[in-house]
Amino acid sequence: MPKSVRYLTPLVIFAALVALLIFGLGNDPREVPSPLIGKPVPEFTLPELTDPSRTVSDKDLKGKVSLVNVWASWCASCRAEHQSLMALAEIPDFQIVGLNWKDEGRDAMQVLRMTGNPYDMIGYDPDNTVGIDWGVYGAPETFIVDPEGVIRYKHIGPIDRKVWEETLQPLVAQLKAEG
Amino acid sequence: MIPELGHVALILALVVAVVQASFPLAGSLSGNRPWMAMARPLAYGQFAMLAIAFAALAQAFLTSDFSVLYVAENSNSLLPQIYKFSAIWGGHEGSLLLWVLLMSTWGAAVAALSKNLPQGVVARVISVQGMVAIGFLLFMLLTSNPFERLFPVPPEGRDLNPLLQDPGLAIHPPMLYMGYVGFSVAFAFAIAALIGGRLDTAWARWSRPWTTVAWIFLTIGIALGSWWAYYELGWGGWWFWDPVENASLMPWLIGTALIHSLAVTEKRGAFKSWTVLLAIFAFSLSLLGTFLVRSGVLTSVHAFATDPTRGLFILLFLCVVIGGSLALYAWRAPEVSEGGRFDLISRESALLANNLLFVAFTVLVLFGTLAPLIYEAFDWGKISVGFPWFNKMFLALAPFLAVLLGLGPAARWKHDSLLRLVRMLWLALALSIAVLAIAALPGVDHGNLWVPVGLALAAWLLFSHLILIRDRLKHKQGWQAWVADLRGNGRSFYGMVLAHLGVAVFVVGVTMVMNYQEEQDVRMGPGDSQELAGYRFEFLGAEKTPGPNYRADRGHFKVYKGDKQIAELYPEKRSYLGGGMPMTEAAIDAGLFRDIYVSLGEPVGGGDWALRLYYKPYVRWIWLGAIFMALGGILAVTDRRYRTAKSRVTAPAGATAVGA
Repeated sequence: MPKSVRYLTPLVIFAALVALLIFGLGNDPREVPSPLIGKPVPEFTLPELTDPSRTVSDKDLKGKVSLVNVWASWCASCRAEHQSLMALAEIPDFQIVGLNWKDEGRDAMQVLRMTGNPYDMIGYDPDNTVGIDWGVYGAPETFIVDPEGVIRYKHIGPIDRKVWEETLQPLVAQLKAEG
Repeated sequence: MIPELGHVALILALVVAVVQASFPLAGSLSGNRPWMAMARPLAYGQFAMLAIAFAALAQAFLTSDFSVLYVAENSNSLLPQIYKFSAIWGGHEGSLLLWVLLMSTWGAAVAALSKNLPQGVVARVISVQGMVAIGFLLFMLLTSNPFERLFPVPPEGRDLNPLLQDPGLAIHPPMLYMGYVGFSVAFAFAIAALIGGRLDTAWARWSRPWTTVAWIFLTIGIALGSWWAYYELGWGGWWFWDPVENASLMPWLIGTALIHSLAVTEKRGAFKSWTVLLAIFAFSLSLLGTFLVRSGVLTSVHAFATDPTRGLFILLFLCVVIGGSLALYAWRAPEVSEGGRFDLISRESALLANNLLFVAFTVLVLFGTLAPLIYEAFDWGKISVGFPWFNKMFLALAPFLAVLLGLGPAARWKHDSLLRLVRMLWLALALSIAVLAIAALPGVDHGNLWVPVGLALAAWLLFSHLILIRDRLKHKQGWQAWVADLRGNGRSFYGMVLAHLGVAVFVVGVTMVMNYQEEQDVRMGPGDSQELAGYRFEFLGAEKTPGPNYRADRGHFKVYKGDKQIAELYPEKRSYLGGGMPMTEAAIDAGLFRDIYVSLGEPVGGGDWALRLYYKPYVRWIWLGAIFMALGGILAVTDRRYRTAKSRVTAPAGATAVGA
């Protein structure tokens, strides 16, 4: 390799990195709506995490506004979010449905024992069977589902007070008014 | 009025930065002395303007002026005074202001302490810093003005994120930022040298102490962050490989490579273009860290402010700064003579290997951090890069680094022989093999190979450095000689030894805590007892306790070893009045050889609580190691060579073979 070309290598690598970051920005999950938005939730049936004799299915998402939260015990951001969910759990008129994703049931139960259980029900999906249908690619993710069972919004990343107050709360209020 | 004054000061700082970026540089290229002489006053002016802006924001926070949007979003009138102050950098806008303020502090320090540098170099260095400042000030004024007003004025602020209401986190960001922006000095020196076309050993000598100081701050900042995560998140972990943690680790890794590479460039004139590249990378990674944290490209526990428009701006800025410097490098570096030949067995080779390992680790961390993006871009499906992956990579590289760390300082510059090294270090080698054997004995070990390996590596570091000290003092008599050595030219040597021993201490901490920690989740009611790792935890119940701006459930524990009570612990669960997020405050009985850690979960009815108990052996050694490294850095920069540098224009290069 000629000497002058060798010194260009760092610049070329950096250009590749920038291309990746531009892709990341353009593809900002917060900006691009999920293709599932406006569509009914995919059909599914999963065992309930805390009580394997029960099941959680798409039918459980009808008749009420639901906040479907994808979480796992190994996910650090979920821990941060957990505290907010605990606060939301006290608000009536909508249900919080958990999707415990790519997790060990034992570890997940430990988290719930430790930090409380904000969920009205939790589908246990260790093998990502339901997650794939829902287009989940990371945790935490949260879907807002209206009483007809239609996905209305997808939020990627933890829910904090700002996200709740500025985005989710108005939407939930609107859906409740519609329903 | 005062917030507007702060805003005006910010705009003036931008004006100063524009002048600073153009005139001194142009002067240095055309030989216009008055223009070059503008550099120092401009650096002071920049600092003064940003100090005024910062003071204005501080005033708004301390008087709880909620007509300022940023104050209303990040403070609350009930907040204790100290947190009202630290809330200044509790969000995005204020963090940025702190960042530029600290950068201008470095700029002013360079201006004040560079009396012996050629005027052209000073002019170029300060100009480069001005260019970086332009980017940050434009960013603030266009997308994130901390002085924006809010109308109508809310009666109460939204409160500082409870996670940040903590003494550790109050000082963590300023330390970290001092490190980040400190690398802007090394960067500015490197760019100035590239522009001037003079990449000689003088350049390395000038930027060396600055780089070390920046590295010290970064080391302390990262250690503080890790310590905070340990006691505040309530999960007993000390490092999560979170994108934001990685963002601070990458500049540290490159910075560590840089301070070693600078030593070679200064003393031997080798690695010149490589060192320049590292200086560019160290600062670039600091900027990239900012981008990752602020843009929302990656989600993280720490990403408390994310906004894609801001992300786009930082990305553009990144392209200009990093792309520009790398283009300059591609243009100028081929003209640099490589100089300073050396043999395969030599200190240069050891330091080169050190550099390559650090860079390799940085690349891995960068890949891991960006993995979610990369996987998405190439549609690779399931992401397998996570916490265990990082740990595996770390464990794969760290042992090589530790072995090398014992060899490098013992090796001679330019040419050495393996035989001489073996003759010198055989005792250290024998002792560490003995440690390996003893720790691997059945009954001592839990059957995990990492414990003997980790302890043997730590022993290797300890004994090889003790041999270095012995050899250094061989021809000197008594402890007075040692004190004289410490007063004279020896400090950079002892600084190096201390920092390297810090690595040994760190290795012991990590090895012990990863392999011997114990934890238990239990449900306990008042009067219940629980055993863990030979300690008995007695729960006396929890009661409601009010705090200044929160209400807490406060548990009471007595911890016994045998029949002797050794600690009383009061873990808390706090609900902040400003918002609904409850926080866990773990209670820790800290000790040099073990921590006992209790964190309060949820009430589970009937006065019972879900609890988490931890036994963490040697966990303090992790941060103690970092403290050693930082102290080593402090010793090195207070070496007489730097203290007397003011009176000397050039120090004799290669006069002392120390301080690598």
